[in-house]
Order: sequence, then C-alpha cells, then structure tokens
Amino acid sequence: MSETLIRLENVSKSYGSGAEPAVRNLTLEVKKGEVLVLVGPSGCGKSTTLRLINRLIEPTSGRIYLDGEDVTDGDPSVLRRKIGYVIQQVGLFPHRTIAENIATVPKLLGWDKAKIEARIDEMLELVSMDPETYRDRYPKELSGGQAQRIGVARALAADPDVLLMDEPFGAIDPITRDRLQNEFLRLQQELKKTIVFVTHDIDEAIKMGNRIAILREGSEIAQLDTPEAILAHPADEFVESFLGSGAILKGLTLKKVRDIELHQVPTMSSPVMREQALETLRASDDQVALFLDANDKPTRWIDERALNRTSQPIEKSGRPVTVDLQPEDTLQDALTVMLQSSVGMAVVTDRKGKYLGCCTIESLAKLIMSDG
Amino acid sequence: MSQIAPSLKNRTPLSERLDLIVSPIFAIALAIIGGVVWLYSDLDDTTIAILAPEKLQRQLVETITLGLASSLLVIAIAIPLGVLVTRKGFPRLKNFLVDTLGLAQALPAYGLIVIFFSFMGAGITTVILALATFSLLPVLRNTIVGLEQVDKSVIDAGRGMGYTTRQILMKIELPLSVEVIIAGIRTAIVINVGMSALAFLVGGGGLGETINSGLKLDRAPAILIGAVLVAILALLFDFVSALAQKHLKPKGL
Repeated sequence: MSETLIRLENVSKSYGSGAEPAVRNLTLEVKKGEVLVLVGPSGCGKSTTLRLINRLIEPTSGRIYLDGEDVTDGDPSVLRRKIGYVIQQVGLFPHRTIAENIATVPKLLGWDKAKIEARIDEMLELVSMDPETYRDRYPKELSGGQAQRIGVARALAADPDVLLMDEPFGAIDPITRDRLQNEFLRLQQELKKTIVFVTHDIDEAIKMGNRIAILREGSEIAQLDTPEAILAHPADEFVESFLGSGAILKGLTLKKVRDIELHQVPTMSSPVMREQALETLRASDDQVALFLDANDKPTRWIDERALNRTSQPIEKSGRPVTVDLQPEDTLQDALTVMLQSSVGMAVVTDRKGKYLGCCTIESLAKLIMSDG
Repeated sequence: MSQIAPSLKNRTPLSERLDLIVSPIFAIALAIIGGVVWLYSDLDDTTIAILAPEKLQRQLVETITLGLASSLLVIAIAIPLGVLVTRKGFPRLKNFLVDTLGLAQALPAYGLIVIFFSFMGAGITTVILALATFSLLPVLRNTIVGLEQVDKSVIDAGRGMGYTTRQILMKIELPLSVEVIIAGIRTAIVINVGMSALAFLVGGGGLGETINSGLKLDRAPAILIGAVLVAILALLFDFVSALAQKHLKPKGL
C-alpha cells in the first residue's frame, strides 16, 4: 500500500519567460492503490499538474517517475496508453460506437479481436450498462451520466494501473453525480487502481480521497494528508478558508456511528407493569424510554404521558420509532435522524435490528470537541 | 436515464434529403428547356453547324476535363494546406492565406484567366491553373473551419489515451470534419465547371465555344443550349459530390 507508484520530482511548468509558472518546483508522490485528490481554487495549477503525469503537458524542468521508471523522456503516446484518462467533458469519439470507443486503447495496444470484444462487454457491465443495449449506440444517444460511465469504461479498458481523472463528475447534475461517485467508490474498492483525481469541490475531495493535496497558486502543496487529518488540523489559514465554515459538518461524513459513545435510555418490553415503568422512568435522567419487541427491536418511544394514558395498550402508545441507525452509518446520517426525531435522539441497532443504544446531540458534540 | 433513443436511420433531416433532390430536379428542368428549344425553334444551317454533335461532344469532354482536373488540383493543394496551417505554430500563415485567396476570388474569373494567359500563354493548363486558384479558397476555408470546429475535448481525450499526432488527424480530426470539407469541394466543383465556359478565351476549349459562336453569330438557340449544357454539367457534378458527402460523413454525427 505504501509503495510509491507515481513520483513527480521538482517539476515545474512555465509558459513563456517572465510569466508566473503554472507549476512551481512540485514534488509529489502517489502511493500504489490510493486515490489522491488534487483540490484547490481555479487557476492553482491542479489540472496542469495532472496533465504533467501523462505528459499531455511537458514539464519545463524536473523528472517524472512511473513505477520507479523515469518517463520524462521517451514516446509520450506509449506512456499514455498505460495510463487511464478521464476528463470532465468526457470526449467520447462521436463518430464511433460505444463499443469502438471502449476498444480505443486495447486496439492501440494491438490486442486480438476476440479479447477486445470480450473486454468491451466486461467493461460495460462494470459500469452497470447493458452490453446488448449499448454496444452499438453512438455517444450522442447517451445522457451526461451515461456518457461519463462510458468515459470511465474506456479509460479502464486496457486495465491500466494508473487512472487520471480531471473533474470527471463536474458537469453532471448533483443527483447523478452523487450516484456516480458512490458507484466509483465501489468500483475502486474492487479494482484498487492508483488514481489521481482533480476537483475544485472540497466535499467531493473529502468523499473520494484516501489522501488530499490542497493546492494553492503555482500548484504549491498547502497541505497533503488524509481527509480526517486535514479537517481536524488545517495547516494554515489558506486551508482553513478553503475548507470553509462547514468543516465540522464535513467531518461528520468521515466518522461512523460506532465511533460515538452510545447513551442508554430505560427500556421496557411486554408485559409492562405501568407503576414499575413509571418509577424507572422518573428515576432516570431521560424523559423517554424505549419499548422493545420480543426480538429486542425498538418499536416505540414511551414517555410519562403515554404511560399514564391507560385507555391504550402500551404497545400502541407513545411515538413510533421510524428510522434506526446502524454502527456503520456516518455521523452525518445520525445528525439528520436526530434532528428529525421527536425526542432529539436516534436509536442505534445492529444489522438485525437489535437495540444497541441511542445517539444524542451531546455525545455527538463531545466527539467533535474531543477532535478539535 | 435509460430511455431508448430513436434509431438514427429515421432521422435524416429534411435539408439533407432536399440536398440530393434539388440538383437533379433543376438539371431535368434545364434539360427539358434545352430539348424544347432544340425541337421547336427555328434552327438554320448556321445554328446546326454550331451545334454539330461531334463538336458538342468534344466540348463536353473538354468541359468535364477542365472541371475535374481543376477540382482535383484544388483538393490536392487546399486540403493538405488547410491541415498544415491548422497545426500549432501557423496562425499567421493561416490568416494570410485566407485573406490573399479571398482577394483572388474577388477578382473576376475573366481577369484571372487573362492574367494567367499573359504569363503562361494559351492552352488548357492555363485554364486549369486559373480555375484552381479561383476556387482554392472555399476548399481551404472549409478545411480550416472543419478542422477547427472539432471538439477540443475529443482531441484531448484521444491524445490522453495515446493516439499519436498523426492518428489524431487521420482518425479523429479528418473524419469529424469531412462533411464541412466536402461542402467546400462542392462549391469549388460548381465554380470550376461553371467558369470553364470562359476557357475558350485562352484556347482552352469547352462549351464556352458554342455560347461564344452563338453570341457572335446572333443565334439565340445555340447560346441557350450551350448555357443549359454547362449548367446541367455543374448540377451533375454537384449531385455526385452531394452523394459523396452523404456517404463519407461518419455515422453517429
């Protein structure tokens, strides 16, 4: 995991003399199997940096290493065939079918026909598109989201170790983008490619990256670390301002419910003795108790009023528990459930629905404070 | 997301279909006019001598030769030139060429032919070169425009996947601009066939001879039939290149 696959060494790129260099003396290492996100304000040189790796932009000075090999000189086309490349505008060839588009790099590498055909189907299935339906379509018949799926399939077709992605989901509507991001994360778990991902969107960076490099002008690294570490300890004011005011909320997506200390409320299950239940409830600090069914699954919030109303059986009084959390949900989910819940708490259950405890605003705040 | 798009075959736009119909319709209409004139007007011996079949046949062949030769010459020069000036590092040359060739087209074809004549003397080569100069611009301009309108992100993706510069040109840029380039060639062909009627001025032959004789000897039917034949030839060439345009245009666009 910690083996370096891509290494930029003192790389600079300047356009013309006198002008400020787009990339100034950058040294950057990308580890095998990680997603490294380059993020920064527009014009900071993040795209230029990405394009230096496959030499779509030739460096003015410095060396580039891929898998230990110096690739700064030599045929750039040969280098690029070993590196997947996905861009925001997708850039599918409009005069080629989907299948032909996917076959681009395998054909360049001289694979035999049967192998290419099999690979096309495999790739289409990988990005959840039916080969039968889509093989012979042309790019103009696809929606934006579908086109980018094909863009990713095309980039992965020759099974490159490295994938460069330049704002791949930048031009896609938010709902589809979210879905593509999730699909992409799932793919990456399977494929374990080494990915350099450029975005200007810090939320996307936090979501997608194993490590994030926050860049400022001249592609200077302001901070390079895991998303958690960057959110918890921004290196300087620039990083802080780039993270924005919502840094704490963003951090919630990185933590799971299991990280939090669960609060235990009084529980009861049938048959319930009203007197006894009231006593327990009064004795505790909580205003409510949970009613658990025979399988220890929390079904209803019971408060004093519900216990005093004798006209209804206990199983049917109080407010129903509509949503429950599982330990692997994020704290952002937890916060949402808590805010929606009538009692300001969220029930946490294991995967089978068995009661584990409750998540409270206080415990959430405590966790956040302890990080700060 | 997964709606099925209609098949491409059913979506030929009206303009494209008309494109293939209009030229033949005009050609047939002109042929009918020519036929009517031939059948019903007063054809004296002089007119019949002007319109002698063996003469007309020779002139037709000459006109076709002039039109084809000058058009092929234009294609052979303008397309490589257009490709060259759209490569990196030639922005000035590109503007210079488009401007000067625009001037060449602003000159009357008549003048251009005479200028070439004064340098090269009489003969078919003079006419071919003059016509080629005159019609170079549409092909060159369309080649430049065609290549420049190719989506830059498609080229970027192609380069990023490892196409060489040559492969980018042959497999992406030219296929994606072929329709625009052929549109320029069509214009050039029609200009060349039409203008070849002036070839007789410098001894280049062609149907212009018939028209000229008709004018000199005041024989209206001869003028008309000569003109109609030139026009039909031009329309025929236009039709053939429209067909080429339709079939060379890549699917999926």
